Amino acid sequence: MAGQAVMTGTYFMNGDHACCEGALAAGCRFFGGYPITPATEIAERMSRRLPECGGIYIQMEDELASIAAVLGASWGGVKAMTSTSGPGFSLMMENIGLGLCTETPCVICNVQRAGPSTGLPTLVAQGDMMQARWGSHGHYEVIALSPSSPQEMFDFTIQAFNLSEQYRLPVFVMADEVVGHMNERVIIPREEDIKIANRRKPSVSPAEFKPYQADPDGIAPMANCGDGYRIHVTGLTHDERGYPVMDDATQKQMTDRLIRKIKNNRHKIIQTENFYLDDAQIVVVAYGISARSARQAMHEARAKGISVGFIKLNTVWPFPEELIRSLAPRLKALIMPEINAGQMVLELERCAGGACPVELVSHFGGALIHPSSILDAITKVQKGKKKS
Amino acid sequence: MSVKKAAKKPPLHPMDALLRVDRLPHIWCPGCGIGSVFSTVMAAIQKSEEDLDQIAMVSGIGCTGRIAGYVKLDSYHTTHGRAIPFATGLKLAKPDTKILVVSGDGDLFAIGGNHIIHAARRNIDMTVICVNNFNYGMTGGQQAPSTPFGAKTTTTAEGSPEEPFNFSALAAACGAVYVARWTALHIRLLTNSITEAMNKRGFSFIEVLTPCPSSFGRRNRMRTGLDLLTFYHDRSVIMNDIDPKNASLNFENDLVVGRFVDIERPTFMDNYQAVKEHQIAPWPPPGRKTVEEAL
Ligand SMILES: Cc1ncc(C[n+]2csc(CCOP(=O)(O)OP(=O)(O)O)c2C)c(N)n1
Ligand code: SF4
Ligand SMILES: [Mg+2]
Repeated sequence: MAGQAVMTGTYFMNGDHACCEGALAAGCRFFGGYPITPATEIAERMSRRLPECGGIYIQMEDELASIAAVLGASWGGVKAMTSTSGPGFSLMMENIGLGLCTETPCVICNVQRAGPSTGLPTLVAQGDMMQARWGSHGHYEVIALSPSSPQEMFDFTIQAFNLSEQYRLPVFVMADEVVGHMNERVIIPREEDIKIANRRKPSVSPAEFKPYQADPDGIAPMANCGDGYRIHVTGLTHDERGYPVMDDATQKQMTDRLIRKIKNNRHKIIQTENFYLDDAQIVVVAYGISARSARQAMHEARAKGISVGFIKLNTVWPFPEELIRSLAPRLKALIMPEINAGQMVLELERCAGGACPVELVSHFGGALIHPSSILDAITKVQKGKKKS
Repeated sequence: MSVKKAAKKPPLHPMDALLRVDRLPHIWCPGCGIGSVFSTVMAAIQKSEEDLDQIAMVSGIGCTGRIAGYVKLDSYHTTHGRAIPFATGLKLAKPDTKILVVSGDGDLFAIGGNHIIHAARRNIDMTVICVNNFNYGMTGGQQAPSTPFGAKTTTTAEGSPEEPFNFSALAAACGAVYVARWTALHIRLLTNSITEAMNKRGFSFIEVLTPCPSSFGRRNRMRTGLDLLTFYHDRSVIMNDIDPKNASLNFENDLVVGRFVDIERPTFMDNYQAVKEHQIAPWPPPGRKTVEEAL
């Protein structure tokens, strides 16, 4: 199969490798990265696969350079990605902001390990979820997906590229050590069955083109380097022409659009898988590897006759605010398991708005959350007082 | 460069094809040397007769970095220190594009120091022009890795206690295939040098000693751009082809300028292609002795 970008077939592969195959299938032809456990396997496979698919792999000198090179490649008109884990994700934050501000499509896969700092390099965590949301300075919206299996590493990486191209921003694949390293069946469909989105091209002449003039849906067409538009791209606050303008009105105009292009399209972006929400009195909300424990706990609870529902967050950002708001008033509780001291649960609490209690099932990292811990939480809520 | 917003035709200035006239006036201080470096860069681009759609400029942050905002090319004003890795990605994605990186001494050699040494080592095909004004101009004149020992800046009020880098020697040591240093007053030589560098395949580096009267000169008894220019020009001596290690910036007498390096070396893409096509010799190469003999 060497040389084929879409390796149609059924495989037994780990999540990191599945991420590479998803990227290649999505059209990624540039990878700039720096080795870090547990994401190294992505760089390694890309270093073999990209040259044979006509792309470029380059190992940069650090993560600051990796993300900068990815942004440069994207402006060169090539779909580009990098992969990393916590320490490298921290180093990338400034240029992720540049990517958001200049509206540069690209994908960053963070195979999370436990932090802070060097933490537990080889062990699982979900501790960078808020960093993905707010890690770069200033105010903006992001898109992040969270795969819970190698198959989803493949599928979600394709979706991440599609979303990044459609909405013009760096998109995060928030994986974790277990998903990255576990081997499972991965089905790679036929090329013609894979949906690919590409960035919108300018439809007017260079003289008429304004690089940051958005279409009605809030998204501006993108002129790649060499397309003849000779545009200026800057991380300074800029107007529709892309020119720096140092005042509050332009700041409002630019930031507002960066936020609205995601917010106003959230119904098209947000993806959840919902189970038994119709009859549920208790709903577990989970993402990434913890979603697997949550699903198991749900089945066990239902076997005991407890009306439990489950929301699997395939996209974690933007958060499905409306769904939670509409559910919360009729629930006994919302429960979220996550491998951190409580991050996405803050968002869940905010969206529940006090309409029902929100319980956190937390593990600080280094191991998975056992389904029994989630089941315990469910049982406790079930036995507890009814919501008044 | 006080061209005001004006009709697009006829051109007001021979450089108009390369200038975003709708962005003028520019932000630089009176007497700043960046403007003349900018003019030289534009002259060299015009002389090169390249298709302007196929040249891109990348800069970092600083007074110099603002050049990217005035040039009518695909131009990318990135973050502090990251112009070179951004340009690396751009070049590898679009190998036929000529890439010019124009940035300050602090941007390229302090916060971005790790990137310039690796881009030179890899021999990424790009031309890097470093405006060396011996300080951080944009933030008001702090010490830079170029600040001469003893020179005053806002963070070295009694004189800088550190030895500066020799940027040209550093670039050469890291593998740059073309290295030159000029002052902003060597208009003709600098223009030719930029053209040469652009035509060079591989990593070319040009350092330009440039007046910054507002932030640097003012604190070192050279209040005007002209004071600085005269100082740099009068003390500069041209010594082509010398080892840049010996091309010292000795402010007492010699500020050595010239073209120091002009060599050939396969670029990153040449080697990438060769490896891909299995066109490289096995490693390690056969030595004079076999392992058994050596033991
Ligand atoms: C990460 C980061 N740190 C600090 C700054 C503040 N800053 C802006 S420009 C600059 C120094 C510029 O000096 P130089 O690169 O020599 O350019 P010059 O202004 O002298 O042309 C600094 C420190 C910044 N923009 N970003
Ligand atoms: S501060 Fe110095 S480098 Fe910056 S514009 Fe003024 S004179 Fe030029
Ligand atoms: Mg400087």
